Amino acid sequence: MSDTLLKVRDLKIGATAYPPGEKPRDIEIVHGVSFDLERGKVLGLIGESGAGKSTIGLASMAYGRGGVKITGGEVWVNGRDILKTSLSDIRKLRGGEVTYVSQSAAASFNPAKRIMDQVVEAAVEKKKFTRKEAEARARELFAKLGLPDPDNIGKRYPHQVSGGQLQRCMTALALCPEPDLVVFDEPTTALDVTTQIDVLMAIKEAIRDTGVAALYITHDLAVVAQVSDDIMVLRMGETVEYGTTDQIINNPQEEYTKALVSVRSIEHEEKQPTPEPVLQVDGITARYKGLNFDVLHNVNVEVHPGQTLAVVGESGSGKSTLARVITGLLPPRDGEITFAGRTLSPDLAGRSREDLRELQMIYQMADVAMNPRQTVGTIIGRPLEFYFNMRGAEKRKRIIELLDEIELGEGFIDRYPAELSGGQKQRVCIARALAAKPKMIICDEVTSALDPLVADGILKLLLNLQKIEDVAYLFITHDLATVRAISDSIAVMYQGRVVRYGPKSQVLSPPFDDYTDLLLSSVPEMHLGWLEEVVAHRKMESAGN
Amino acid sequence: MHPVIKLVSQRIALGLLLLFGASALIFGLTEALPGDAAQAVLGQSATPEALANLREEMGLNRPALTRYFEWLGGIVQGDMGTSLTNKLDIATSIGSRLGNTLFLAFWAALVSVPLAIFLGLLAVRYRNRWPDKLISAVTLTTISIPEFLIGYVLVYFVAVKLGMFSPLAMINDSMSFWQKLNAIALPVIVLTMVVLAHMMRMTRAAILNVMQSAYVETAELKGLSNFKVIWRHALPNAIAPIVNVVMLNLAYLVVGVVVVEVVFVYPGMGQYLVDHVTKRDVPVVLACGVIFAAIYIGLNMVADIVAILANPRLRHPK
Repeated sequence: MSDTLLKVRDLKIGATAYPPGEKPRDIEIVHGVSFDLERGKVLGLIGESGAGKSTIGLASMAYGRGGVKITGGEVWVNGRDILKTSLSDIRKLRGGEVTYVSQSAAASFNPAKRIMDQVVEAAVEKKKFTRKEAEARARELFAKLGLPDPDNIGKRYPHQVSGGQLQRCMTALALCPEPDLVVFDEPTTALDVTTQIDVLMAIKEAIRDTGVAALYITHDLAVVAQVSDDIMVLRMGETVEYGTTDQIINNPQEEYTKALVSVRSIEHEEKQPTPEPVLQVDGITARYKGLNFDVLHNVNVEVHPGQTLAVVGESGSGKSTLARVITGLLPPRDGEITFAGRTLSPDLAGRSREDLRELQMIYQMADVAMNPRQTVGTIIGRPLEFYFNMRGAEKRKRIIELLDEIELGEGFIDRYPAELSGGQKQRVCIARALAAKPKMIICDEVTSALDPLVADGILKLLLNLQKIEDVAYLFITHDLATVRAISDSIAVMYQGRVVRYGPKSQVLSPPFDDYTDLLLSSVPEMHLGWLEEVVAHRKMESAGN
Repeated sequence: MHPVIKLVSQRIALGLLLLFGASALIFGLTEALPGDAAQAVLGQSATPEALANLREEMGLNRPALTRYFEWLGGIVQGDMGTSLTNKLDIATSIGSRLGNTLFLAFWAALVSVPLAIFLGLLAVRYRNRWPDKLISAVTLTTISIPEFLIGYVLVYFVAVKLGMFSPLAMINDSMSFWQKLNAIALPVIVLTMVVLAHMMRMTRAAILNVMQSAYVETAELKGLSNFKVIWRHALPNAIAPIVNVVMLNLAYLVVGVVVVEVVFVYPGMGQYLVDHVTKRDVPVVLACGVIFAAIYIGLNMVADIVAILANPRLRHPK
C-alpha cells in the first residue's frame, strides 16, 4: 500500500459571482489543481487572498463554503474518492479522518459551550473514544500544546481564555479524534507576532509528535517555511510553483514566487529631524469611560514635517488609543497636543475646521470607511467641497488629479467601492485624506488587511506622496517589516507606555530592551530553521500567552 | 458582586419602577374620563345634591393624589376595593377569573411554544425547500385570519359537525380536570394558531442568523448531522431573541384573549373586564388594568433575565 494519504487530481471549484448591476453568473475559482500528500508530511499552500488556498483546503473535506461548489476532479483520501461518496460517508470523514483548524478560533468556538465539550465532540460522536477517553486525550493534548492548567482549562468558556490559547485549543480540537489529516487554515494570522511564535511552535511539535499529516494554508511564506515539507504556491486558482520547501525558498523559479520571497524589501533612507515638529504629544495620559485604569501613561512623541513616525506595538498596547486622543475622539486626562504650532482643543467639538483639515486619517478597513452607495468621485469630492468650497468643473479637475496621484486614473471616478479591489479601496481612502491638503495623516494599520504584494504597493505610494506633498505620517502598525520600510522615527509601545523611542536607526540597533528584542525577534524570517533558533534565544514570554 | 446578580436586580428594580409608572398612568387616565364613580352609580338623572352626598360618602372630594396612594396601598396589600355595580370584593371575583385565564393561557403556551420552536427548527433544517415554505404559509395564514372567525369555524366543523370537544368553554369548579381540558380544547387550538407564527418565524430567523457564524461551520466540519448542528450549536446562541418573542406572545395569551373568551363564553379576565367597562365600574377597570400591566411587565422582565442568563460572558465572567 502506498503511503499517499491525500491525492488531489485536477480539482476544479466554482462559485456564483454577483457583480454589481449584472446578473449572477457562475465562475471558476480553482482551475485544475493537483498534488499529493504523504502520511505524516506537511504541505504548505500559499497565496494571496483569492488564490483559492482555503477553498482547496476545505475541498479535502468535500466542503464548500457559502455557495462554493466542487465542479470537477478527484480528491482521494485514504484510497477513496470522497467526491463520489455519500453524504453520510463524508460526515464520517469530517471530524474523524480529516479535521480543520480555522483562522479565527475566537469565532470558531461556540461561545455558549465549554471548551472541553467542543474539543471532544467529534471524537465521541464518531465513537472513536468514549467521553472519558476523549477527555483524557484532550487533557494530554492541552499539556502538549503548552496550555496553562491543562487539567482544568477545558472547563472554561471560550471568552475566558486568550486568543493565543484559544488557537491552541482549536488545534487540540482538531487532533483529538486522532485524524490522519489536519487542515490548518491561517492558524496564526490573527495573532500578534510574539504570540504567533508560540502557537506555531506548539503546532509544529504537535504535528511531529502525533505523526499526523497536514495542509498548512497561509499567505505568509516565512511562516509556512518553518513548518512544511513541501510548498505549493497558488495564484488565482492555479498552481504557480510546487516543490520542496528548500527549493521554493532558496531557489524559486517563477517570477511570482521570487516576488513573494523578496517581498518587503523597500529601502527607505531615514530623514533628519527638523527643529519644528508638526505634532507634539506631551505627557498624554488617557483612559476610557467606565474603566478604572489608564490605557495610556505619560506618552511623549513628536512628528516632524514631511516625515514618518511609526508607532508599533501589539494589540492592546494603546497605539490606536493614541490616535483617538490626537484626533480628539478621546479627550485625555492629562497632557497636551500641539499641532502646527498651536495647542489643540482636547475634544473634537472645540477644534476649528482648519484643525480638522490639516489632520486627516486613513483606516485599516477601507471598505467600511467608505459609503458603499457613493461613487469614488463623490467620496473624494466631499472634502474638496467641505474645506475648499470647490464645485463643478474645478472639483472634477482636482478629483482627477488626485486619482492620477494614487495611480488609478480618471476611469475610476464613477465606480462604487464594491467594484474595487482591497488595494484600490485603500488608495481611494488615501486620495480622500490628501484632498484636504493635510499637514499630517494618521495611518491606522492601513496595510494590515492587505496581501503582502498589494501592501507593498500602498507603502510605495505613501512614500512617493510624502515626497510630493510634504505630508507627515503617524503610522500605526504591529508589523515591523512595515516599520522598517516607511519610518524615520519609531515609538515602540507596550501596555500603554512608550518603551523605546528615537530615530529609526537607533531604535532598531542593539542594545535592545527586553520587549523590543522580543518583538524584533518574533518577525518571521524567510529561512529554514528560524523558528527553532528564535525559541531557543527568547528572554521574555509574550503577553498573549 | 457577580455581574449577573447586579444586572438581574437592576432589571427587577426597573420592572417595579415601570409597574409603578403604569399604575399611575392607569389611575390618571380613569380620572381624566368625564364623570366619576358617583355619577356612574347614580346615573345621568341624579340630582346635584345626591351626587355631592355620595361623593362625600365615597371620599371622592379628596385630592386625586391622596386617593391614588390609598388605592395603591390597598392593591399592595391585596385589597382592590369593591365593585360599584355588584358590591362584591374585587379581589375575590378576580381571583377565580384570573385563575381561569391563566389556566387557558398555560395550556395554550404548553402547546404553542414547543410546537413553534420545533417548527422553526424544522424550517431551518429544510430552509427554502417545501417544508419550510409550507410551515411559513400555514402559520402566516392562521395569524392573518381574525381569531373570532377561526373560533366560529372550529366550533362549526369540529364541535358541531364532528362532535368533538365542547363548543362552549364554560368551566366551573365542580368539573374534573379532564372535563376542563375537554372544555378548553377549542380555545387552546385557536390561541395556538394565533401565536404560532410570530414565535416560529422568530425562531427561524434567529437560528438562520446564527447559522452564518464560524462556529456553525466548525460543527459542520466535525461531521455532525444537520439537526445536531442546529440543536446543539445554533439554538443555544439564538435563545435571547426567541425568548423575547415567546414572552410577548405569552403576555398576549393572558391579556389579549378577550375575543376568544367571548366567542367561547369562557369565564376569564377579558370578559370580566369588558363587562365592567360597559358598566363604567371604575374600580374593577383599575384593578384589571394593574393586573394586566403586572403580567405584561413581569413576563418581559423574565425575557430580559433569561437573555442575561443565556449570555455565557455574563454568566461566567473572566
